Amino acid sequence: MSLKQKTLDLKKRMQGAIQGGGAKAIEKQTAMGKMTARERIIALLDPNSFQEYDLFVEHSAKDFDMDKKHLPGDGVITGTGNMNGYPVCVFAQDFTVAGGSLGFMHASKITKIMDHAMKLKIPLIGINDSGGARIQEGVNSLAGYGEIFFRNTIASGVIPQISVILGPCAGGAVYSPALTDFVFVVDKISKMFITGPEVIKTVLGEEISMEALGGARVQSEITGNAHFFAESEDECFEQIKKLASFIPWNNTKKAEPFPVKKPNTKLYKIDNIFPQESNQPYDIRNIIKSIVDDSDFFEVHELFAQNIVVGFARISGQTVGFVANQPLVLAGVLDVDSSDKAARFIRFCDAFNIPLVTLVDLPGYLPGVDQEHAGVIRHGAKVLYAYSEATVPKITLILRKAYGGGYIAMCSRHLRADFVFAWPTAEIAVMGPEGAANIIFRAEIAGAENPDETRKQKVKEYKKKFANPYVAAAYGFVDAVIDPLETRRFLIHAIEVSSHKEETRPFKKHGIPPF
Amino acid sequence: MENEKEHKEESEIEKPQFQNFLIDDDVYKTILSKKYLTRKKYEIKDPGKVVSFIPGTIIKVFVKEGQKVKIGEKLLVLEAMKMHNILLAPRNGKIFKIHVVAGNTVANKQLLVEIK
Repeated sequence: MSLKQKTLDLKKRMQGAIQGGGAKAIEKQTAMGKMTARERIIALLDPNSFQEYDLFVEHSAKDFDMDKKHLPGDGVITGTGNMNGYPVCVFAQDFTVAGGSLGFMHASKITKIMDHAMKLKIPLIGINDSGGARIQEGVNSLAGYGEIFFRNTIASGVIPQISVILGPCAGGAVYSPALTDFVFVVDKISKMFITGPEVIKTVLGEEISMEALGGARVQSEITGNAHFFAESEDECFEQIKKLASFIPWNNTKKAEPFPVKKPNTKLYKIDNIFPQESNQPYDIRNIIKSIVDDSDFFEVHELFAQNIVVGFARISGQTVGFVANQPLVLAGVLDVDSSDKAARFIRFCDAFNIPLVTLVDLPGYLPGVDQEHAGVIRHGAKVLYAYSEATVPKITLILRKAYGGGYIAMCSRHLRADFVFAWPTAEIAVMGPEGAANIIFRAEIAGAENPDETRKQKVKEYKKKFANPYVAAAYGFVDAVIDPLETRRFLIHAIEVSSHKEETRPFKKHGIPPF
Repeated sequence: MENEKEHKEESEIEKPQFQNFLIDDDVYKTILSKKYLTRKKYEIKDPGKVVSFIPGTIIKVFVKEGQKVKIGEKLLVLEAMKMHNILLAPRNGKIFKIHVVAGNTVANKQLLVEIK
């Protein structure tokens, strides 16, 4: 055969392999409202940047007549490419080939690209669309999952890992996304669960739909397993690209700086957003938008535990991670879910050299039997742990209430915030005025001729004396009490002077966080 | 002009029904989340009420109504996840009521037997 003939033969082989499960299976995939694995990669990466590997990998199973079956690429596409001009490793399971089921060679392709990502020190993006383990391959498919989970864990905190759930992701398979940094889901397409509706019905007699059990909305709102919710696959890919613009390639780098843009202070005016009275709600996200570049705040976990807000923005062109109490929902209290959400985000930022800006306005922890029994002690401790452990620049701004344990937890000076600023409206105290007055002046109030009047008087006294930032400032727990309209200037300065911050912690194999 | 319009729209969205929320005697106006509103209310456990700890099928009942039982005595067998779980009397007393018979499928936390 001549070179030309051999090249033609190669092209023919490639053509065959690229078809995946064939026209019929592709038709089925499209009918479900889903893109094919290849279409997804092309939509996600920069044009013409995808380079595929292991196209000719074949499965190695022999039992159950598997040796007579040909599965193109063994149901997964792997390769490298560019996103926003920067390199990434990517894999996409192909549901059209044996339902995207994971066999030994399928897993080997994935682990190979994961090893590449670690060596090249670039982000890994995994698109999951699979019926689960390939039963015919038995323990080999379990081995495959295990190899993936191990690599996910080792890569954690070294390279950013992104999971995209674009189809079913069930059984053991869900643990790979769970081990990665960010999970993206799409409405009506993503389904995640450990045991599916059928098993639940036969074993337990409980009937539930896939959507209600582990659909995109459930995973985003209730469980918090998913960080980003999209209405369509295209929207999902845009979200991934946007996230990638905020984070560095690996843990030795900083996120790429962007040109500085001023916030839109006409639209987001602190005077208008921030209420006069201290018990009135407002949307903390509008405060963030009033101080960050281009008023562009990219929220993570938007639908989950909305009493805390976390996400990325830029200040003076640099990526920062925001953690902010949200007075709009549950008065911004810390609880089991919001602690989990915040702690995880703090650890991501710390691992990837992203400075943390904490906005504080919370009355404390959520009271309740359900919270105590759900382990609010253990979960709440995660926030303390994550903040204390973090060595990236930590800047804290107390806007209003910072009461009790909440004050300590929200990156106080005592957990080694580098800069603590407070607005003049800040109330840094051991608890709210009503509660404090009721305890401190209990006897006086009870013994008074007019207890109600005395209580009001005592609350007023307490408020005047303690519901301000100046007591904390007198001890140096607050570094500066600032004019709210100068917040951006103070933050820019703090970020700039912190850019070479070095802080170390004692050597250890690893800590024991309250998982 | 357009910005002002946007802002107006945004503040309209931001005006849902705020509720009072009490923390340490201070009242805050805020939105109560769905998860908070649908949280499980705490109930004091009645030691005489035997409930299923897992959904499954009752395959055998050892006791009869009116019968006296001692703590640790076998009450019934609940099959779940292919395991036969024997439920024992949590206290001494008389079987006041049995709510299931062999063959019944039961949900989690369903009342099975009452001892008085």
